[in-house]
Amino acid sequence: MQIFAFYLFASIVIASAAFCIFARNPVHSVLWLILAFFNAAGLMLLVGAEFIAALLVIVYVGAVAVLFLFVVMMLDIDFAELRAGFMKNLPLGLVLALILAAEFIIFGALSWSSAGMGDANAVVGPPAGGPSNIEALGTLLYTKYIFLFEAAGMILLVAMVGAIVLTNRKRGGVRSQNIQEQVRRRPEDATRNTQPEVGKGVEL
Amino acid sequence: MIGIEHYLVVSSILFVMGMLGIFLNRKNIIIILMAIELILLAVNLNLVAFSAFLGDMTGQVFAMFVLTVAAGEAAIGLAILVIYFRQRGTIAVDDVNRMKG
Repeated sequence: MQIFAFYLFASIVIASAAFCIFARNPVHSVLWLILAFFNAAGLMLLVGAEFIAALLVIVYVGAVAVLFLFVVMMLDIDFAELRAGFMKNLPLGLVLALILAAEFIIFGALSWSSAGMGDANAVVGPPAGGPSNIEALGTLLYTKYIFLFEAAGMILLVAMVGAIVLTNRKRGGVRSQNIQEQVRRRPEDATRNTQPEVGKGVEL
Repeated sequence: MIGIEHYLVVSSILFVMGMLGIFLNRKNIIIILMAIELILLAVNLNLVAFSAFLGDMTGQVFAMFVLTVAAGEAAIGLAILVIYFRQRGTIAVDDVNRMKG
């Protein structure tokens, strides 16, 4: 059952990543990306990293992917012209990617099985009787890595402030409040007494 | 039974997929940002797999930090993209170097 789930999640992750980078329409790209994130979360769930899996769904799917979707739909872009050179780069890119993948898999991934890192297969899932995944993660995060955790919070704060500062703009033609000017305004400056003759209006 | 090499193969393929995406969609910066997210996802998958198979929670803590940085990077990148589009009306990366000064 676990093997079946692994192969299901893994094949969908890889397929949707491929569709994400090859899709013609960026909106479809974002949707494939969301599918890839969901299935990667499933893969993480299989080895017992429940909190990271939940975080992946919440942060990536809930925030980042929706942000992408928002930007793709907000900007009115001619995506066809941006695909120029795609077909020209395709053969070289595929060859390079195949070489790189072969190197990663042969020298990186498969060497781990022969290197024999303990009884690796035994540790799938959280250890029975120990603290749960989220408890162990929280203990580690709030003791040993507390300063890194706070630094991560600062990074998020700076990113938020930066994004707001970058995209905020003064718009013309909008009547916004100017508190100082409004308070300083006096009746003498704003009103005027006139005595118009009969039949003539007041010139403003 | 699933070993760590299964996870490493999946994340290697995912990583290469992200690099291929950057290489192929060189003009479309939105797809480039998505490919960067794919690469970071592969890194996270690697960290989590090692963390689980070595029985050490530190990998998951660092996966969380990678997630944080990825979220911040996406926010800033998209903000820059939006103001760039407002200025020029296109997002072709070719003439981004005109942005300086």
